[in-house]
Amino acid sequence: MSQATTTFSRVRYGLAPWARIAGLAVCALLTLGPVVWTVSTSLRTPAEAFDLPPRIIPADPSADAYRGVFDQLDVWLLALNSTLVTALIAVGQMITAGLAGYAFARLEFRFKKPLFALVLATMMVPLQVTVVPVFLVLKSMSLTDTLLGLIVPAFPTAFGTFLMRQYFLGMPKDLGEAAMLDGAGPWRTFRSVYAPLAAPGLAIVGVLAFNYHWNEFFRPLILETSSQNYTLPLGLVSLQGNLGTGSVSVVLAGVVLSMIPAVAVFVVGQRPLREGITSAGVNR
Amino acid sequence: MTDTQVPDTQVPAARPRSAAPPAAVPPPPARDRGTRLLATLFLAPTIVGIVVFTVLPIVGSVVLSLFRWDVIDSPSFAGAANYGEVFGDETVLVSFRNTLVFMVFAVALQLLIALTLALAVNGRMPVWLRSVFRSAFFFPLVLSAASISVVMKYLFNQDFGVVNWLLGLVGIAPVPWLTSENAAMATVVLVYVWQQFGFSFLLFVGGLNNIPKEIHEAASLDGATGLRKHLSVTLPLLSPTLLVASVVGIINALQVFEQPYVLTNGGPGDSTRTVVMVIYETAFEQLRFGEASAVGVLLFVLIMAVTALQFRLSRRFVHYQ
Repeated sequence: MSQATTTFSRVRYGLAPWARIAGLAVCALLTLGPVVWTVSTSLRTPAEAFDLPPRIIPADPSADAYRGVFDQLDVWLLALNSTLVTALIAVGQMITAGLAGYAFARLEFRFKKPLFALVLATMMVPLQVTVVPVFLVLKSMSLTDTLLGLIVPAFPTAFGTFLMRQYFLGMPKDLGEAAMLDGAGPWRTFRSVYAPLAAPGLAIVGVLAFNYHWNEFFRPLILETSSQNYTLPLGLVSLQGNLGTGSVSVVLAGVVLSMIPAVAVFVVGQRPLREGITSAGVNR
Repeated sequence: MTDTQVPDTQVPAARPRSAAPPAAVPPPPARDRGTRLLATLFLAPTIVGIVVFTVLPIVGSVVLSLFRWDVIDSPSFAGAANYGEVFGDETVLVSFRNTLVFMVFAVALQLLIALTLALAVNGRMPVWLRSVFRSAFFFPLVLSAASISVVMKYLFNQDFGVVNWLLGLVGIAPVPWLTSENAAMATVVLVYVWQQFGFSFLLFVGGLNNIPKEIHEAASLDGATGLRKHLSVTLPLLSPTLLVASVVGIINALQVFEQPYVLTNGGPGDSTRTVVMVIYETAFEQLRFGEASAVGVLLFVLIMAVTALQFRLSRRFVHYQ
């Protein structure tokens, strides 16, 4: 970063620095504005909700909207469903990607190259192209309208496997060779030498999985037909209603509630998240 | 683990060999066997999962697209009839046109905004300020596209939305953002770009950091300044990043669903109906699985074609250091 600072401080811009920073500030406001508006409107009474100019600090802050969300939606159930789905997928992906990534990076076996090419190729395949057959496969296993039907197909992760392979390749080879010389078998070498070093890489896989699946909409929309299996995004869209008849403050209070875990991960896991996103170009 | 395999490897060595020359294929040491067993176990979940949930479904999509099937009756072979129907269906054709129009505007805007902001953020400023900007631009990425669209539906409301109020301050008449055919697509693009530009932004920031500073110094010595320097020095050096950002941006844009589904539900008319919306409606609302698969296969072909075209064009424009 400091290197970049010196690089670009030497670049002369057409704009004065203060104008450039002011421009950036306006863009940051436009980016965060909708989020600020959402939070502040969720704290207003429905009558005040559409006041223009919008009051950033509500004149008469009220938590009524939040009570309204709990009245109209089974928030706890939705949150439980979302948490279950997201957590199990994140853990599942960390396991499958960690194991497969290690195999591709550090083990020798037949068909290694074609198998890795297969994994990479599936990164290109959009979910929507395979959705009908996947739905039928799940139906034949009676997994439609279950949370398990949402969880299991998300376990294999081509991108996570690729990321973990790179991660294990980045570790010094001597470590494993030393362990082998000391008589450790392949499993011991993995278990006691490499696996303990993999935590930061696994964190990237986990945080990306969390971010993607907490917010996921398309697969739940198709799979979950009964409302007791809804995840938070499905519940929120149903709260607004097709004609937008839901009360604004209540809908926005729901949005704020569903944002909390994502924001928490943004604050705590910003680094792994950023590294994950930049490391190749995630197919979201 | 190795202990149990030692006897195994001794067996082939002890057995008299008649046909093959003894030294040609040495028996694998115990460790190699253990390695292969471990590799099989480690790969099984990923490979089986990918085969069951991606590879076979692709084949399944192609096969299904040749059948007529509504789940209730048993499927009947239809040959290319589904494709014929799809190509004759005005809604499907419009959805492909909409998706392409959306892709062009969304990706162009996303890359332009992201590149401008990445260059600006890399200019001279306090470190804390830079990280504030960086976090701000990246923040929308962690939110759900569905709930953001719910929020935006209020902000873009013609009569009481904040967007029209802001425009009113500078004397612009209220725009029917969600209710007129022309404006609706623009709204979907804006909402999508608002959430997605942070992704390209992060890629560009990373790419700019990788440009060696000697190159800029050399350019400055040669008298290049400002915009001129960006056009002739920074952009070519950034071109590999631009390629990644545009390839991923295009693949993602061709799959747009949440924003039009929540904001406009494809309307007014069919003006914002996208290909993925058509797949969803055909398969899961009308239960026409054959036709839906045919549309899916066409989308796949389109994505492959556009990506291949990009890599072809990129040979001329992308410079690797």
